[in-house]
Amino acid sequence: MKKKKDNKVRKIKVLVTKVGLDGHDRGAKVIASMLKEAGMEVVYLGMFMMPKDIVDAAIDEDVDVIGLSTLSGGHLVFTPQIVEEMKKGGLNDVRLVLGGVIPIEDVPTLKEMGVDAVFPAGSLTEPIVTYIRNHVRQ
Amino acid sequence: MDVINAAEWAKRIKMNNRMAAAKLISAIERQEQIARDVLKQLFMPVGNAHVIGVTGSAGAGKSCVVSSMISAYRKQGRTVGVIAIDPSSPFTGGAFLGDRLRMQTHGRDKGVYIRSMATRGYLGGLARGAVDAMRVMEAMGHDVVIVETVGTGQDEVDVSRLVQTCLLVVTPTMGDDIQAMKAGIMEIAQVIVLNKSDMPGKDAALLDLEVSLRMRPVAEEGWLVPVVPTVATTDDGIEELMEQIEKHQAWLRKAEGLKQYAFKKAEQESSVIIKDEIERVIFDQLRGTGLRRKYLEKIVAGEIDPYTAVEEVMTLFIKKSVKDV
Repeated sequence: MKKKKDNKVRKIKVLVTKVGLDGHDRGAKVIASMLKEAGMEVVYLGMFMMPKDIVDAAIDEDVDVIGLSTLSGGHLVFTPQIVEEMKKGGLNDVRLVLGGVIPIEDVPTLKEMGVDAVFPAGSLTEPIVTYIRNHVRQ
Repeated sequence: MDVINAAEWAKRIKMNNRMAAAKLISAIERQEQIARDVLKQLFMPVGNAHVIGVTGSAGAGKSCVVSSMISAYRKQGRTVGVIAIDPSSPFTGGAFLGDRLRMQTHGRDKGVYIRSMATRGYLGGLARGAVDAMRVMEAMGHDVVIVETVGTGQDEVDVSRLVQTCLLVVTPTMGDDIQAMKAGIMEIAQVIVLNKSDMPGKDAALLDLEVSLRMRPVAEEGWLVPVVPTVATTDDGIEELMEQIEKHQAWLRKAEGLKQYAFKKAEQESSVIIKDEIERVIFDQLRGTGLRRKYLEKIVAGEIDPYTAVEEVMTLFIKKSVKDV
């Protein structure tokens, strides 16, 4: 990859975190490292966050993408809460991306709720990077 | 955020609008012209906020110390702005910003604004836009502004020129008395924090620090640098740390230290701006001329040395720019 030194190039900034009582952070850490390797700035917020914590941090950090890792099966419960908080906070141009243990049949529901992209278990890293690069406001 | 002019933008920041502040810090990081226009409107004399720097090696516990400090300030009813800096990759330009995680207990507190910044190739322990981000936080009305540097080694001392009180966080595993005696980072602190004091070796480290501090001349007349043992994860020693920080602030006010600080900061800030401007002028003019490539090839081929090459470029562009002005 070509090294970019020009600071005026828009850097993509991503918040990576986990919601609620979901104590498995290896996946989130792998994704965070991978996005860093792809030249993005990653704010890693760790585990046990509430929807409002995540959205507040996204506002303060001015991120382009909120990336949620979920392995506990709670995604259908917390996703609407996060979408709601994002609306309240005025984060209209921030992308919401989910990854982790998510059954394929839940994907349409999640998208209806307002999730921009879902990468279930087994996803390769390249499509995630490509998706973010192509869909972030420039 | 909708498109607004500089005056409106500055107004929103002064009204403590978090999104306006966040967007401005991003514009600062990208070195956009609009950021300069807003910053001009946010300029104010030094002294409104207590500006504190926290530096020290990676893993010493800087973020945890900052988190404990935030709790203490909030108990006093004071609002806090934090800039937490982590390094950018020199290879990919990416960054893993992991300081906020340690301070997340304050995430929901409206009296606390935390912003992570990546260095983006800027050396000296800070990010290029950190000084301007400090100004944004002061303009938001925060009573205390804390700047946490990247994990530093021995020589990253820029932060000391930009803050009123500089803390150096070390641990009992920092090394022996020889390390404590070295120049550079050991000299810049007004308060030394011996964090992780529940680890073995605390007493020896404390002694090494105390002795080395007493062997050097006092950097600031009337201020003896204290060493405060802490365990940031349990808040042990934080009360004593806060007392020492307050004492230093009181001493600054009494000894006209704030005036000296303002001067030091202006000096540092303006010299960075001058360097940036000169760099910009030259690179802007070089762009698209093919001249840079030509000179680089000449240097590689051994036809010209880098000093002569740069002198030629400077003669060509700087003189031209000065004439233009």
